Amino acid sequence: MSKEETKLDTNGGSKVLTADSIYRGVLIGCASLILVIVLAMLIVIGQGSLLSIREFGFHFLIGSTWDPVKGEFGALPFIYGTVVSSVIAVLIATPLSIGVAVFLVEQAPRSLARPIGFLVELLAAIPSVVYGLWAIFVLAPFLRVYVQPPLQTALGWTPFFKGTATGVGMFTGGLILAIMITPIITAVVRDILEAVPVTQREAALALGATKWETTKIVLANASSGIAGAVILGLGRAIGETMAVTMIIGNRPQISVSLFDPAYTIASVIANEFTEATGDLYLSALVEMGLILFVVTFIVTALAKLLILSVGRKTRRTA
Amino acid sequence: MRTLRFVTFIIALALVSQACFSGRQGKGAVKIQGAGSSLINPLMQKWVSEYGNLNSTVRIDYQSIGSGGGIKQVKERTIQFGASDLVMSDADLKSAPGEIIHVPVILGAVVLTYNLEGVDQPLRFSPLTISDIFLGKITTWDDLRIKADNPDVALPAVPLTVVHRSDGSGTSAIFTNYLSKVSPEWKEKVGEGTSPSWPVGLGGKGNEGVTGQVKQTPNTIGYVELAYAVKNKMPVGLIKNKAGNYVVPNFETVTNAAAETIDETPDDLRASITDAAGQNAYPISSYVYLLIYKEQQDERIGQTLVDFMTWGINDGQRFAQQLYYSPLPAGMVKRASAKIAKVTFNGQSLAPSK
Repeated sequence: MSKEETKLDTNGGSKVLTADSIYRGVLIGCASLILVIVLAMLIVIGQGSLLSIREFGFHFLIGSTWDPVKGEFGALPFIYGTVVSSVIAVLIATPLSIGVAVFLVEQAPRSLARPIGFLVELLAAIPSVVYGLWAIFVLAPFLRVYVQPPLQTALGWTPFFKGTATGVGMFTGGLILAIMITPIITAVVRDILEAVPVTQREAALALGATKWETTKIVLANASSGIAGAVILGLGRAIGETMAVTMIIGNRPQISVSLFDPAYTIASVIANEFTEATGDLYLSALVEMGLILFVVTFIVTALAKLLILSVGRKTRRTA
Repeated sequence: MRTLRFVTFIIALALVSQACFSGRQGKGAVKIQGAGSSLINPLMQKWVSEYGNLNSTVRIDYQSIGSGGGIKQVKERTIQFGASDLVMSDADLKSAPGEIIHVPVILGAVVLTYNLEGVDQPLRFSPLTISDIFLGKITTWDDLRIKADNPDVALPAVPLTVVHRSDGSGTSAIFTNYLSKVSPEWKEKVGEGTSPSWPVGLGGKGNEGVTGQVKQTPNTIGYVELAYAVKNKMPVGLIKNKAGNYVVPNFETVTNAAAETIDETPDDLRASITDAAGQNAYPISSYVYLLIYKEQQDERIGQTLVDFMTWGINDGQRFAQQLYYSPLPAGMVKRASAKIAKVTFNGQSLAPSK
């Protein structure tokens, strides 16, 4: 009797063990696939840009001339354009998205929250080329006529709103990015807020907190998740190509004025890769891809650090 | 065990059917792949479908990936023919694994289009004025240089905004090739190429991007392919040619530019016809070429290519006008036919079937 029991036990145990190890193996495989893909990309991009790195070295990063005809390549205006347009987008989109998400979760009656939530998800699914066309034909003319002139009258004395207002440029590029990433950040933040236990809200309300104070507590508890959502949006803004290309003006220059045209890394790759002839030119474009890789990494890391430190502070005060 | 057998069965089935289908294809249709110029794409799609109707055994696929891409893929032999609105450079030809020939099949034109309220008659431009506009030296529409070309037009005193292509394109190459010929300053400061470094202006992506931006933004000027300006009912500038006449771009004037330069065209047919001489020649015109290897590796494919191109430069020309291209002048059809006759398989000439 006892012998049989032991036999059964070991049998079952080994079965569980094999099943478990297969399960574990599959998971490890999935996770390492990500690592393999990233490494493979880095190796291929690195190899492709060797020629350009050897030719220009560090000067590629600080050069501001991009002249394929004469074979001179510098990435600085593109790095500037990518970072600034993404930062503008995140600065506009973050408060907006958190506002929408808080409204959906904390304030709106269910009959309203459902359709609005659905619309937000719908917006997130629109292809970027559609946003771009809409920006050319609707947003840019609107900004040129109704938004940029008053901005120029009111704030024209600052260096940020100088030049001819054509409706196209860094300002519009940042704005269209903000519009594009708002639904993404909103959708994620909403899900995170919904995951905060109801008991917390009830506890706060029971202690006599107002709705605003309750929301503050909920937000503080959800801060790391919100940070993740913002970084997700930032990542999309940095890599976004089509919509920005259509509206940013595609001019490799560094200008403080937001009304001036600018250029992003993703845009120049999309614009020039198909017609790039000559090995050095191609290599320079591939190196742009490498730089985009690094810029994304640095900006995301910085954002994470920033948001973490802010989050820690709010948690301490809360 | 049972699942394993099932999977084996499925794989075997897939292999068998694959073998069947590819076998059938080998005996029947000839499949040809081409890629390159986006300028020729609308016409090429028309040609491919018309030619397919005439010859049910031929299947031609054309990808509009840009002239540069077409040249690259021909060199790598991943496609059977390329199309380009630029001629291949000597270095490109040398590094190809075989002799590539240029066969001009149609003509295209790049036009100046603008958005200027209150001006109804078409504006005129002389070469140096165009160069000065795109160099950023002319910044208002009532500039004396524009006025000199248009003495009867009341030009408004508004700032002028330049719009150019932001993506690498044959259109830009043709336009900057023209500017380099007519303006030494342009040649020195900017030069010619698919993605030149523009001194001023906004970049629009593609012909449709430039068209959209010019149409949407007041007081702009840009350059696009003829078809885009006509289809969008936008004003088109008259350009002063070498003979001193202001010429409007149309089928006649573009074909004229080719006809006038035919004697100077070298044997390999690589010719730039911008700034052509001739009373009625439009100066920003260009051939679009098909690029193929002189020595073909497959007899049936080679034969089909020869037949297709022969059809294109003869019967195919009648589709040009409705799609806003200009037909080849008769002299060039002759020379192109002679070029096609040079295509060989195993050293044997592949004469057109019909």
